[in-house]
Amino acid sequence: MSRSYDRALTVFSPDGHLFQVEYALEAVRKGTCAVGVRGKSVAVLGVEKKSVLQLQDPRTVRKVVMLDDHVCLAFAGLTADGRVLIDKARVECQSHRLTVEDPVTIEYITRHIAGIQQKYTQSGGVRPFGISTLIIGFDPHDTRPRLYQTEPSGIYSAWKASTSCIANAIGRSSKTVREFLEKNYKEDMTREESIKLTVKSLLEVVQTGAKNIEISVMESYGKVTNLELSEIEAIVAEIEREKEADAERKRSRLAATAAGQAAMATRADAGQSSGQ
Amino acid sequence: METSFALTGKGYVIIAADTTAARSIVKMKVDEDKIKELGTHLLMAYSGEPGDTVQFAEYVERNIRLYQIRNLYPLRPPAAASWIRRSLAQSLRSRNPYSVNLLLGGYDQAENKPNLYWIDYLGSVVEVPFAAHGYGSYFALSLLDRYHDPEAPLEEGLATLKRCLDEVAKRLVVSPSKYMVKVVDKDGVREVEI
Repeated sequence: MSRSYDRALTVFSPDGHLFQVEYALEAVRKGTCAVGVRGKSVAVLGVEKKSVLQLQDPRTVRKVVMLDDHVCLAFAGLTADGRVLIDKARVECQSHRLTVEDPVTIEYITRHIAGIQQKYTQSGGVRPFGISTLIIGFDPHDTRPRLYQTEPSGIYSAWKASTSCIANAIGRSSKTVREFLEKNYKEDMTREESIKLTVKSLLEVVQTGAKNIEISVMESYGKVTNLELSEIEAIVAEIEREKEADAERKRSRLAATAAGQAAMATRADAGQSSGQ
Repeated sequence: METSFALTGKGYVIIAADTTAARSIVKMKVDEDKIKELGTHLLMAYSGEPGDTVQFAEYVERNIRLYQIRNLYPLRPPAAASWIRRSLAQSLRSRNPYSVNLLLGGYDQAENKPNLYWIDYLGSVVEVPFAAHGYGSYFALSLLDRYHDPEAPLEEGLATLKRCLDEVAKRLVVSPSKYMVKVVDKDGVREVEI
């Protein structure tokens, strides 16, 4: 009978679940990967770009968008839902400026977006947004970068480094990336370190390399740059080199131990034979 | 009394507006900026009912900005003028209309030419080579008829503007004491001293 709890969104299942909200999270998990990293004075967003068809114009497919001069958002999940939510957020950014003559703070706009998402889990005749968002930016008159995440349920939280959702059919999840970030995140990273960590973590799930990665960097209030493909390629190449060197070291170390063991074995053999 | 002027020249638009905020016969302030920068290449001088003016100008400013954020490119001056005109026309037919007169000057980066629009509270819009609002217009328009040159460099344009300001200062009973002058050209908007 659990089916009847799927029908109307506003109905709990007996064990306290809102199935539609959980399905929305599933839609997020099926989306492409997005990563956010907060450095000392920089915030970086990275997304996995689905490769566009040969005749499609790649410029019309956007996963990282500006909400205002100082707020940048990336999302994972249903792109069409994202567009609607982004538009609501952009209107709120300008509306906020109009009413209080101040730009929004990052927490404010995050709360607003999460608020909309929550509303769509509690009203009749609607379905939840199938997207999670990562929001980076700088508060007005502040030099500290911010990174927030929102979910379809309306939960929002601040992060040092975060990833939404996951990638590809192989079934490697955002868990892979999150664990990677947890292991490799350092406090107070520089711009270069932050970008590299973002690319590195994306490479955990993006097999096709630089051409399917999009990186946006915000360095201070309102200063945003999207990295060129060549720049990302250079970073990917550097990471590849490091990995190669690492593997090489590991190989030589293994070879050395193997050789050592072999030497010991022959010596032991020799000892044995002489003892006979 | 409130007065604003604007004129085009070779690759620029100059907009000047007085800086007085008055109530009845009393000057409240003499350094009020009545020229809003709506974008990197768009200026709007506003005059009319105090309160209405600022409210409407800010409303326009935010909507034009929203358009740019949504579409990743700004409204060009003719499009902005049409949008503003429509807003005023809608407001005119509402219960309490805005009574705001505007001069909209912009540099069209696609066609590389300056545009100037005269807009009033009734929702009229006219593209003009030069324009004025307020009592000053009765003195300035004939001067501009005589001296305006659409191919004049900036210095000459500013000199023509100076003529208008001087004439208003000389003949208008309640002439403004100070003006703010802004220029928009291919490099964007900036304030100039006159």
